[in-house]
Amino acid sequence: MPTTASAFADATASDSALRRFLHGLPGVDAVGLEARAAALGTRSIKTTAKAYAIDLAISMIDLTTLEGADTPGKVRALGAKAVHPDPTDRTTPRTAAVCVYPDMVATAKETVGDSGVLVASVATAFPAGRAALDVKLADVGDAVAAGADEIDMVIDRGAFLAGKYLKVYEEIRAVKVACERADGTRARLKVIFETGELSTYDNIRRASWLGMIAGADFIKTSTGKVGVNATPPNTLLMLEAVRDFRLQTGVQIGVKPAGGIRTSKDAVKFLVLVNETAGPDWLDNHWFRFGASSLLNDLLMQRQKLATGRYSGPDYVTVD
Amino acid sequence: MAEMTPTTNNPFAYAPAPESRSVVDIAPSYGLFIDGEFTEAADGKVFKTVSPATEEVLSEVAQAGAADVDRAVKAARKAFEKWSALPGAERAKYLFRIARIIQERSRELAVLETLDNGKPIKETRDADLPLVAAHFFYYAGWADKLDHAGYGADPRPLGVAGQVIPWNFPLLMLAWKIAPALATGNTVVLKPAETTPLSALFFADICRQAGLPKGVVNILPGYGDTGAAIVAHDDVNKVAFTGSTAVGKEIARTVAGTEKKLTLELGGKGANIVFDDAPIDQAVEGIVSGIFFNQGQVCCAGSRLLVQESVQDELLDSLKRRLTTLRLGDPLDKNTDIGAINSAEQLARITALVETGEAEGAERWSAPCELPSSGYWFAPTLFTNVTQAHTVARDEIFGPVLSVLTFRTPEEAVAKANNSQYGLSAGIWTEKGSRILAVAERLRAGVVWANTFNKFDPTSPFGGYKESGFGREGGRHGLEAYLDV
Repeated sequence: MPTTASAFADATASDSALRRFLHGLPGVDAVGLEARAAALGTRSIKTTAKAYAIDLAISMIDLTTLEGADTPGKVRALGAKAVHPDPTDRTTPRTAAVCVYPDMVATAKETVGDSGVLVASVATAFPAGRAALDVKLADVGDAVAAGADEIDMVIDRGAFLAGKYLKVYEEIRAVKVACERADGTRARLKVIFETGELSTYDNIRRASWLGMIAGADFIKTSTGKVGVNATPPNTLLMLEAVRDFRLQTGVQIGVKPAGGIRTSKDAVKFLVLVNETAGPDWLDNHWFRFGASSLLNDLLMQRQKLATGRYSGPDYVTVD
Repeated sequence: MAEMTPTTNNPFAYAPAPESRSVVDIAPSYGLFIDGEFTEAADGKVFKTVSPATEEVLSEVAQAGAADVDRAVKAARKAFEKWSALPGAERAKYLFRIARIIQERSRELAVLETLDNGKPIKETRDADLPLVAAHFFYYAGWADKLDHAGYGADPRPLGVAGQVIPWNFPLLMLAWKIAPALATGNTVVLKPAETTPLSALFFADICRQAGLPKGVVNILPGYGDTGAAIVAHDDVNKVAFTGSTAVGKEIARTVAGTEKKLTLELGGKGANIVFDDAPIDQAVEGIVSGIFFNQGQVCCAGSRLLVQESVQDELLDSLKRRLTTLRLGDPLDKNTDIGAINSAEQLARITALVETGEAEGAERWSAPCELPSSGYWFAPTLFTNVTQAHTVARDEIFGPVLSVLTFRTPEEAVAKANNSQYGLSAGIWTEKGSRILAVAERLRAGVVWANTFNKFDPTSPFGGYKESGFGREGGRHGLEAYLDV
């Protein structure tokens, strides 16, 4: 099978070729997309299906802290929680990863150890992405050197909105190279579009394809730092993109909605979107993640409710 | 009932999520509703109504004969004098009250309708019942504003309206008929379909609950002969019928030469036209709701897919993939997308037409799903390699069966879409606004949807061209059918 890059060599030969390719993708009817997302939101997930969905959702969380006030202590608490989300019930699955700034990667790595919880680091001048390319690459390099398993980069939205798609493409390619480790392995790359700033669904579809042909391992909605973050419609649209991309190239790419998903009910709705759009192959934390922090405690409370038949309240889950 | 999921090895199998039947209390038997009272048929005849999903008998219902029709028309005539003399604002109060009671009892009515009709609870809950209430609210608003409807000052009602409705949207079709009739000051004698009489009888109870004067609404369950007696009754001033074109033609013959005003809403073979620049994912959703909403038992269904040849393969692949995710099964389960076919008779008709399609050389594809062992079921099906000459491209199937045809240019699309004895609905899918306007203008269909399908609203007139009937229901236009103008 040809590599993704060579399959799209024509499309990425010049700025105008890339523009023609991206603008040749089918349009998105906003009303229809939102109606479909809302319709899937009415699925009623009960009993065994609910228990399955809650555990799956916990295992898909990138437990995140991205604050100026982050300290080693805060990151250690987060890492411990990721490994053992519910200290009263060791059957609770661990989260997929913890997600931190590059300077906290070493601390996070030390905390999660060989538990299987991965360490993801935002990079490339997160969240605005407004820095010179060499600064962004150095940011990525630092995180990878400190042991990050995954890199969450942001695209240059300014370049995208100005129509400089090739610049965005080349930057993603360069970051992907910076994800390589000395031993020849590579950190998985998540590409954040900041869908709230791209604003239109057509733009989100184009950004998804741009990210995928540039070599993203995951496409991710948002940073969590702007007004509109992950929504059912924008995630549905990105799930359609990875589905279509695999049909065309055979390459499977992950999806990560991030920001604003706070309740179990919301998380289950997203899993329904995954199940009925991309399909069951994506119902695995290698292919779908939630970028979230407070979601985990709500999932744990729902999990306890299913196990015991009653709600225990926020003092029966850990506050970190 | 067997649990059905399209993908058997999917770890995320949705557990059953049935809506509770206990919210509705179905009596073992029901009478006719005449002059504000439930009564037995003069000849004592009854018939059974069954749940098409399980073939379980739900209730036994009185069957109206000619003597009952006469009694009901007399009651309606008597009530007409006072009802039509009421100020519009007073009639509006009753209609608003009915609308509110429907909202309050919507869960009960949704479960009832799903049991009697076989359609999924998702549809009765999210489409039928909200639209029923909206229709009464909308026409309640017109009752005191008829002077401003565009028919001159103080337009007069016609008198007694005889109304015959189908089984595909039992309560919604009742609302389409009764709400404008009452708002304009007419009284009604309505016959629900023989396979779905229950929601109309519950509506009779709602009329009593709302304190509606006796005789203003009369409900006569029965078969075709009951409907024929209503249509032929000398003292009926207005006939409104929704149903098959064959019966519509008979009614037109009966009414010809009388002073009865007639509106007919009949069959259809709606063309859903997908251009190569369409929003493909949303077009797929629109095609699905166009033909599989209510198991395709919709007169305005988009039963002919006209797809531009250059995107045919891509679109059909997407469509088939989407159809494999449809969940067919227990209509009361909140996750069911495809319910039961309404009757054994309708199932036989669908089956026969599909066999004809295969015999004529069209290529059949059905979604892989297990059908329950009891009840009336048909898997979502599509035909490719269909041409204008195929029966499945011309005849109304009234089931979950889509015929796929192709075209090369907008001219060809319009010509093929219009090449039908029917003209009820059409859909256009393109991201190009100018094309929507240019094509819509040339389609001979009463409703043209752009980048959507099967969207209904009480403010929007609905009706057909050609053998799809005449007259409009809904909106300001819907008043005309019930006014002496």
